Amino acid sequence: MTIHNLYIFDKYGTLLHYGEWNRIKQSGITKEEEAKLMYGMLFSIKSFVNKISPTDSKDGFLYYKTNKYALHYYETPSGIRFVINTDTASTSVKEFLQQYYSKVWVEYVVKNPLWNGAPVTSDLFKQKSDEFIKQSVMFA
Amino acid sequence: MARQSSRLESKKVNSELLTLTYGALVSQMLRDFENLEEVNKQLERIGYNMGVRLIEDFLSRTNSGRCLDMRETADKIQQAFKMYLNVQPTISNWAAATDEFSLIFDVNPLTEFVELPADVSNLRYCGILCGCIRGALEMVQLEVQCQFVQDQLKGDASTEIRVKFIRRLQDATPAGED
Repeated sequence: MTIHNLYIFDKYGTLLHYGEWNRIKQSGITKEEEAKLMYGMLFSIKSFVNKISPTDSKDGFLYYKTNKYALHYYETPSGIRFVINTDTASTSVKEFLQQYYSKVWVEYVVKNPLWNGAPVTSDLFKQKSDEFIKQSVMFA
Repeated sequence: MARQSSRLESKKVNSELLTLTYGALVSQMLRDFENLEEVNKQLERIGYNMGVRLIEDFLSRTNSGRCLDMRETADKIQQAFKMYLNVQPTISNWAAATDEFSLIFDVNPLTEFVELPADVSNLRYCGILCGCIRGALEMVQLEVQCQFVQDQLKGDASTEIRVKFIRRLQDATPAGED
C-alpha cells in the first residue's frame, strides 16, 4: 500500500499545504495550476453529488477510485479540506484524515500563533506531517 | 518524542491560574485605554480571535458535524463550555422562533475573585466569552449576535449570555465559478 500525495485547502480554495511521497507521474503543469484544477474539480464533484443524491446525504462526497489510485476527501465543518491520493487497496482513510486533522493540523498549525491563515511555512508542521504520514499503516 | 506526547494530551490547568491571568489582562487594558468602550471592544476582539482557532480544536476532539438547527448549536456550546472552562451553563429562554436562547451560568470561573469598582460599572468583564462564541460559530457558517443580559458582577443572581441567530453564511465559492 502507499500514499501518493496530500493537498490541504482552506474554505476559499487556497492551497495551504502540499506533500508528496510516491508520485511517479507528474502532471506537467505548475503546482499552483494543479492546485486550482484540483480544487475546481472537488468543488464541482461536491455540488454534483449534493444535487444528484436521491436521498438527503449527510457526508456528501467521500472518495473516488480509478483502477490505479483512489482520491479521498475529508472536509471539516469549518471548511478545511484534506485530499489524499492512495493506492486502491487502502481502507479507513477517512479515519486517517480525521486523525491527521486532530493530531497534526490542529496541534501544529492552528495552535501556532504565528500562523495567520496563509499557506503553512512552519518547518515543525512539515516535519510532523511527514512523520505522521510515514508511520501510517497505509504508507509502507 | 517526550515533547510530542505531553502536547497531545489535553492538559488540566488549575482554573485559578486562568482567572488571575485573565484579571491581569483586563486590568492592563484598563490602564492602556482611557475609554471603557474601547476595552469592551478589544476584549470582544480578542475573544473573536480565540474562537476562530478554538473551534478547530473543538471539532477535532468531538468529531461533530455541522449543526442543522439552533438547538444542536446550543448543545454544542454547552459541551464546549464543559470542555474548556469546566462549567455547565443551563440553556433556557428559547424565543418562539427557536432562533434565540440564553446560556445561564451559576458560577463563572473567569470572575471568581473579581469585584467591579463603581467607576468601571460599564465594563463587560467577560466580553471575551461573547467574542469567542461569535468567532467560533462564524467559522462554521453561522452568524450570531451574542451579549450579556445579566451579570453577577453587576449584582444579578446569575450570569446570562443571550445568543441570537442572524443568518447562515454562504459557503465560499472559488473565484470565477457560480
